[in-house]
Amino acid sequence: MSPSENPARADHRQIVRLVERRAKVLDLGCGDGDLLALLAREREATGFGVEISAAAVRACLQRGLAAVQGDIAETVGEYPDGSFDTVILSHTLQELADPARVLDEMLRVGRDAIVSFPNFGHVAIRLSYVLRGRMPKSRVLPFEWYDTPNVHLMTVLDFERFCAARGIEILDREYLGGPFGRVPAVLANLLAETAVFRLRRRRYS
Amino acid sequence: MSRPDPGASSVALCAAPQRGGVGVVETRVLELPDGLELESGARLAPITVAYETYGRLAPDRRNAVLVCHALSGDAHAAGLHTPDDRCAGWFDDFIGPGRAFDTDRWFVICSNVLGGCKGTTGPSSIDPRTGLPYGLSFPVVTLRDMVAVQRRLVAHLGIDRLLAVAGGSMGGMQALRWAVDHPDAVASCLAIATAPRQSPQAIAFHEIGRQAIQADPAWRNGAYHAGPAPDAGLAVARMVGHITYLSEAAMQAKFGRRLRGKEEFGYDLGNDFEVESYLRHQGDAFTRRFDANSYLYITKAIDYFDLGRGERSLAAALARARASFLLMSFSSDWLYPTAQTRELLRALLLNGQDASFCEIDSAAGHDAFLLEHERMAPVLRGFLERVHGRWTGGGDGGEGGVLAQGRKGPEGEGSA
Repeated sequence: MSPSENPARADHRQIVRLVERRAKVLDLGCGDGDLLALLAREREATGFGVEISAAAVRACLQRGLAAVQGDIAETVGEYPDGSFDTVILSHTLQELADPARVLDEMLRVGRDAIVSFPNFGHVAIRLSYVLRGRMPKSRVLPFEWYDTPNVHLMTVLDFERFCAARGIEILDREYLGGPFGRVPAVLANLLAETAVFRLRRRRYS
Repeated sequence: MSRPDPGASSVALCAAPQRGGVGVVETRVLELPDGLELESGARLAPITVAYETYGRLAPDRRNAVLVCHALSGDAHAAGLHTPDDRCAGWFDDFIGPGRAFDTDRWFVICSNVLGGCKGTTGPSSIDPRTGLPYGLSFPVVTLRDMVAVQRRLVAHLGIDRLLAVAGGSMGGMQALRWAVDHPDAVASCLAIATAPRQSPQAIAFHEIGRQAIQADPAWRNGAYHAGPAPDAGLAVARMVGHITYLSEAAMQAKFGRRLRGKEEFGYDLGNDFEVESYLRHQGDAFTRRFDANSYLYITKAIDYFDLGRGERSLAAALARARASFLLMSFSSDWLYPTAQTRELLRALLLNGQDASFCEIDSAAGHDAFLLEHERMAPVLRGFLERVHGRWTGGGDGGEGGVLAQGRKGPEGEGSA
């Protein structure tokens, strides 16, 4: 599936750009392995996936990718400190029961972490709620209130504040959406559909 | 015999031949005149090893896959011994052109285990010192010993390093032993429906089987070869085994509470229920193809299996391995439940080793590892291609094939 076919996967391109050549990468919630395959092809990355769906794990293994079936929050805790160059969490942070703990684990296991998520501060979402009085739905948030997996939605601003408060340094940021594909930082909280951050644990010296 | 359906068939039951298999094969024999010093310290010599091979060894010798059989299996993993055979080898669904272990790609080897009764030296073999079957004078063997014999066989076939060692149940335990005991000789370990150690519950079921055999008057302390064999005891052992290989749901689906050939209870102590007939049939059939003493020795070997024994931890034992691991479990397998495979996985991840794991959703119980080939085959194929790609230097090993040049970390060649 190319990123253009699935708006929720438009972040893959940005993530690939943020991963170093030949990096050792852990993809949490790797699905069928599309991102891992892309990273192997374009970055010669050594990829490993974690995925809860049995069918998706089988799909990864079938295409020659390494993957383990398991819950993200549990499995990320099994890896030793600093065992990956980059740990990726694409469009999944908002689905986790304890996103703060998983982020801490990602930053323990990886030298850096890449996180992407749908921006709940996007103007269409704000308007949908304010004007229509309905729970917002969009291209990247297609769910009804009763079937959404998203239990921890946040805005770009929320996430930046969170990082500042938790000693997490933002190394790179990319905001996706709008007619040009990319959104300038000053307008990100209003216009970004998806945000991509590269993070690391702040080092105090 | 018709093709077994999930929930009805069982370990090493008859697999009806399918079109496009490996065809007619023969069991060959390797003699090891000097035998082996066993884990117990005893020496066993000579040793005969029965084995079969399918497919061709590649010129670079990097395509050899050793398949290890479970408790009641043998060297005849695939194909037929005569064109008229009604039963193919025990793993025939998985071995052949285009199958999970693709004989157009890989050179597949299977041998009967040490202690067995299908051509490899075991308690029913003749002790050259007495000219009589060993019986109980046969030394107790372990999975480590079985694997050591396989190592000799593989070396005899001109192979220094196997692309993969694969097995389910006891076969998976052997695959794990291979990876830990012979780290330089194994590129990958496929451990299916197995565990890092035999659980007390699983030991308990084995002990019932052993007690049934030993309580049979015909057993005569194992010296039954001149007279009738302890068939009644061995049949009970097999019946207990079959219960552990099936799930409750599989038994419901296959037998329910249906009566056998009657509408009403017999109101006697005869055979009423379908499930009783099934177990009796399985028990009887087993006595025609298996030796009771071998059952005692092999179950003991499984019960002794504990990968972490004598080590600081399970992870410390596994850390010696340099193989890529594929772990597979089955949701309704209560003999070697998924939690036990997860324990293996945790240890491998803790060590930073290259491990993949999937649980196949199946109602078939432990037997699933012989039945769920449709969902298992793509996974097994993809994993073998990846390992082969990594080993042969970044060739087309699937979409992760470029991982072959993994630059650092424990997954790289030679660093674990």
